[in-house]
Amino acid sequence: MADHQHPQSRMNAQAEKQLLARTPEVIAPGHTFETVTETISHVVMSKRTPLGWFLGFGIAFLLLMILNLTIGNLLMTGIGIWGNNIPVGWAFDIINFVWWIGIGHAGTLISAILLLFRQQWRTSINRFAEAMTLFAVACAAMFPLLHTGRPWLAIYWLFPYPNVMGLWPQFRSPLIWDVFAVSTYGTVSALFWFTGLVPDMATLRDRAKSRAAQTIYGMLSLGWRGSAKHWQRYETAYLLLAGISTPLVLSVHSVVSFDFAVSVLPGWHATIFPPYFVAGAIYSGFAMVMTLAIPLRKFYGLEDFITMRHIHNMTKVMLATGMIVAYGYANEAFFSWFSGNPYEAFMMTNRMTGPYAFFYWSLIAINAAMIQLFWFRSVRDNIPLLFVLSLFVNVGMWLERFIIIVTSLHRDFLPSSWDMYAPTRWDFGMFAGTIGLFLALFFLFIRFLPAIAIFEMRTLVEEETGELERPGMV
Amino acid sequence: MSHDAPTPTIHGLMAEFENPKALVHAAEKARLAGYKHMDAYTPIPVEELDEALGLRRTRLPILVFLGGVFGGFAGFGLEYWTQVIAYPMNIGARPYNSWPQFIPVTFEMTVLGSALTAFIGMWALNKLPQPYHPVFNVPEFARASTDRFFLCIEATDPRFDVGGTKQFLEGLKPVGVSEVAP
Repeated sequence: MADHQHPQSRMNAQAEKQLLARTPEVIAPGHTFETVTETISHVVMSKRTPLGWFLGFGIAFLLLMILNLTIGNLLMTGIGIWGNNIPVGWAFDIINFVWWIGIGHAGTLISAILLLFRQQWRTSINRFAEAMTLFAVACAAMFPLLHTGRPWLAIYWLFPYPNVMGLWPQFRSPLIWDVFAVSTYGTVSALFWFTGLVPDMATLRDRAKSRAAQTIYGMLSLGWRGSAKHWQRYETAYLLLAGISTPLVLSVHSVVSFDFAVSVLPGWHATIFPPYFVAGAIYSGFAMVMTLAIPLRKFYGLEDFITMRHIHNMTKVMLATGMIVAYGYANEAFFSWFSGNPYEAFMMTNRMTGPYAFFYWSLIAINAAMIQLFWFRSVRDNIPLLFVLSLFVNVGMWLERFIIIVTSLHRDFLPSSWDMYAPTRWDFGMFAGTIGLFLALFFLFIRFLPAIAIFEMRTLVEEETGELERPGMV
Repeated sequence: MSHDAPTPTIHGLMAEFENPKALVHAAEKARLAGYKHMDAYTPIPVEELDEALGLRRTRLPILVFLGGVFGGFAGFGLEYWTQVIAYPMNIGARPYNSWPQFIPVTFEMTVLGSALTAFIGMWALNKLPQPYHPVFNVPEFARASTDRFFLCIEATDPRFDVGGTKQFLEGLKPVGVSEVAP
């Protein structure tokens, strides 16, 4: 029975083999513990900094200086330098806040949710995706904080602490939920990231040649020595942090969407918002991971670790989550008609044909139409094209937040209060400045810290090559 | 170990292995030979070592659970106390204790409490950061963070005896055995 297989199942086995051969490896064959450790740590330990790094960091640094200038002017003059005013009281600051927070979500998805699902391919992209999360959260947090105009006072509006006026934040407001969600998210992401870094810091400490590097990495490694007793608790803690981060990441963008959904404004007051925001966050986050991974693997020769398998999988995740987002748009349009509410219906007509219609249709063209290209294998194999498409997805998701926020606010219930919104140069300065901050931090990160988790790559090599037996065999 | 025993002149004996399989076998043989004070050092987590060395399960999960429960109660307690007791305010005629609206912060505080416990608890139970440890005195140990696997039997073990233990470790076919200075 066993050796006489049914022809049908034999054919299936053959087809499966062929299919497997078409799926690229998670890690290029032939790697050992030493080669993965050397390749990844070389980027950090090498004395020579590539010229391209200085060029990229220089541009990022210039943008960062624009941020300083903008913040300086904002604090001296006030938030009147921005274009937002009644009725569009929320504009670039919340658009960019949601955009950045959303980008961060892919990092946590990769490091936590894919770990729980035992997706091996996450290993080579999780470290820099987590770094991306941290930097994106830092950029995001800046917008609401500076929107208060006087951030040194914001602390008692936002955080509950016993102040002299005996006042407390209003806990029934989604804005306060946001403060708790985002600050918890930032904290937990930082803990998770640092925990993952410690064994790699020990590797760098042991390989460092200069006294300064040995001291700095030695301190960061906390004296890690790879003891089996430590690994046991370490793995438990890492898994627990992943388990905790999973509901956390879903809650963060849900809470962000409550900022809108809990209000009564047409275009915001919709129950689809939480899942649709979470899917959009993952979609834009994967686009940003792609935008960063493609140059990273190219310039640092990491193609063996960030393989075509990763590129394919990321594209597929973008396709799936992008389709959920597109469903969200369809649902919004349907709901505005089906509700029979004239304000809802007007909101949608205004989005589609009003003064901001160009942006609405650009958004549909990118997030609903363009992503259909990801169905094709030839597109998934074409790296330069994917790089361009991932940039478009970033733009598309920015436009989505622009549309949701501006078109809902600029024409609400009372035509007498209708107005148009246009950003000023300071709005753009602040946005460009946070991009500079993000990129500058990222450039520093890839120069000074291992961009790929070295010990997890060694574990992957072990899983691919060695077979461990259970004890009790001696 | 009795109180008047002299301070050991060495920390222990360390055997070096090429792969995790050899280390797991060696650790198990050492445990079966009756050694108790020993530890293995590896560049990757090796789950099989827990059993081979006879490690007990960590109590970290229960601590994390308690941390989460504490965080949740602290979050809800903060909201209840500030909104109902310390400074009650009528907001849209909602009850002072409008608990459904207190859930998001309670949830986030639960997450924060458990994550902080997982992080702090893990390092504290591991007694890290620890600036000095004798195993670093062995020059070969630098490879423990790259591609070598070590088993160290400590001098505090009741069955430890420099000559005999060295012979035992050499019988496990290691790459080498070295004495670890204290």
